[in-house]
Amino acid sequence: MSANLPPRAKFATALLRTAAALSRATGRGDGSVIGGRVGLIVEPRLLELLADGRHVVLISGTNGKTTTTRFTTAALEAIGKVATNSFGANMPTGHTTALAKAPKATYAALECDEHYLGQLLDAAHPKVVALLNLSRDQLDRAMEVTALAAKWRQTLQVSAGQTTVVANADDPLIVWAASVCERVVWVAAGQNWTADSAICPNCGSHLDRFGEFWRCTNCGLNRPSPQWSVAHTGEAVVGPDGRRYELNLQLPGRVNRANAATALAIASLFGVEPAQAAPRLAEVASVAGRYAKVERDGRQLRLLLAKNPAGWLESFDMIEKDPPVVLSLNAREVDGFDTSWIYDVDFTSLAGRKVVVTGDRRTDLAVRLEVDRVDYIVVDDIRAAIAAVAPGPVEVVANYTAFQDIRAEFNRVN
Amino acid sequence: MSISTLRIVWLYPDLLSTYGDRGNLLVLAHRARARGIDVEPMQIRSDQHVPHGADLYLIGGGEDGPQAVAAERLLDDGALGKAAEAGKPVLAICAGYQLLGESFYANGRCYPGLGILDLRSDRGESRAVGEIAGEGAPQLGIGPITGFENHGGRTHLGEAVQPLARVSAGIGNDGATEGAWAGHVIGTYMHGPALARNPRLADLLLSWAVGVAPASLPPIDDTWPERLRSERFAALTPE
Repeated sequence: MSANLPPRAKFATALLRTAAALSRATGRGDGSVIGGRVGLIVEPRLLELLADGRHVVLISGTNGKTTTTRFTTAALEAIGKVATNSFGANMPTGHTTALAKAPKATYAALECDEHYLGQLLDAAHPKVVALLNLSRDQLDRAMEVTALAAKWRQTLQVSAGQTTVVANADDPLIVWAASVCERVVWVAAGQNWTADSAICPNCGSHLDRFGEFWRCTNCGLNRPSPQWSVAHTGEAVVGPDGRRYELNLQLPGRVNRANAATALAIASLFGVEPAQAAPRLAEVASVAGRYAKVERDGRQLRLLLAKNPAGWLESFDMIEKDPPVVLSLNAREVDGFDTSWIYDVDFTSLAGRKVVVTGDRRTDLAVRLEVDRVDYIVVDDIRAAIAAVAPGPVEVVANYTAFQDIRAEFNRVN
Repeated sequence: MSISTLRIVWLYPDLLSTYGDRGNLLVLAHRARARGIDVEPMQIRSDQHVPHGADLYLIGGGEDGPQAVAAERLLDDGALGKAAEAGKPVLAICAGYQLLGESFYANGRCYPGLGILDLRSDRGESRAVGEIAGEGAPQLGIGPITGFENHGGRTHLGEAVQPLARVSAGIGNDGATEGAWAGHVIGTYMHGPALARNPRLADLLLSWAVGVAPASLPPIDDTWPERLRSERFAALTPE
């Protein structure tokens, strides 16, 4: 840890903190990215040096990585200080900053962008890597999803070594990528988006599904028996020995119970008993604004971030049955410029309730809803959306920059 | 109308459905129902037979591996070629468009296509990603086209097909033309919900399927699709 850092790395760390602080003070964000960039210019091996001697877990996947990282951090804090990139800066610059800011932390829980998994494996020598799911996301600038799974598989084959992989047994792409590793802990974390895994990632034949079980009709790739799973009834996780751990999460939805199952599996590899970890997950009320509840003019808004088709379907699964829904869609660079994916989302479950659409690409949403015969009104921004609904609870679903715009309206609520 | 129930076949969504391809099926069904035409959407997986005698066939886009598998299975099956020969309307997107041609490239090699359209596809030097727009073929009466493209292929048209549009923004086939048509078969690089952004193209396919002139379809309220079109054309103009 930082007490043993070479002088150059110490200097780089000091500069990193200064740059991050300056960036924050001038209102340019939390400074994670610029700080990390400055530090890595001065000492290109800074991430590796800062990670050395710590017990690291990397968490990656298309959806749920920020929340799972938050849960994991809460669980690991039972046994020590944890460095984490809680601001969602999930590339090496952000990881470097997270470690530099927590010099005394023995543990590190790092959310990792899918495309940087290999680099992080090599630099941070993690004890555990958690792989949540893979589905289509930002297709105009990212890799198609099977190609990404292939890249993971290759990376893990080369670099996983003694790392234990915690992987989702319900996602065929994840199973295929993780099955090259020697040590895998399987979690039945669910998959409500199956459109990207109709065919076998290994051989291209059809996957047969029998309830939760799936198998390839040709090469035999199949769902491994999970050690951890979300209980079929109630809100609990079932551990490897069959014991049941009640969750009582504040975060909504089955998908967050699955994230909790993954976090408990990770924590247990670090020596934290699930019975000790579970109550800590229940204390998490929101994650970088996600699931936050804010109030304005008698309307209680719950903010849900959903970046891709799987995320939108998950959020429709979470929302209460009756309140009005505000949908906000942008297509700026980090969102992806292509909005075609909204046709992969089924909006028919929203029919019959009040739906308000906004965001840069609200017209795209209006046309989409018309096709699904869902009535809607179109407004300019979140303020107008609030004015357009009656006082009471309101569910807000937005993609990445649309979500950040709404958070900004509420003082960057966490 | 000459048909009571319109049977729309969406081919191989298990292999070719990458960029909201379902959107075209949804838009066609929506616009048919708005005219009082019943619709029976049929999703045909690549391990099922392609139905003979449906009224309209759709095929979407996808990655190289699934594209090659889809072409092989469609060639074995044979029904899509016969439907096209019989004058049934076909809309093919991106990878699906390429495989209707004589040949296409995937996984670094050349594959035989279905030969339904007189065209050949190979690889471009760079990937074409972004908004695409242009003037639709005058014979089709579809007006200006607007869409989003994301493909590495380039397509060379033979003499037996016409371009779907002349490109004014984006790449399409080769930077000059976009898509192709012959008879009632249309191929395009405009992926995903191309028909949401081009309602006249959707109505053209419907009119072919139903067997009437496009102008005889009752008008429907296209306020929001027209606003979307204006927005996308405006977004092409540099600020």
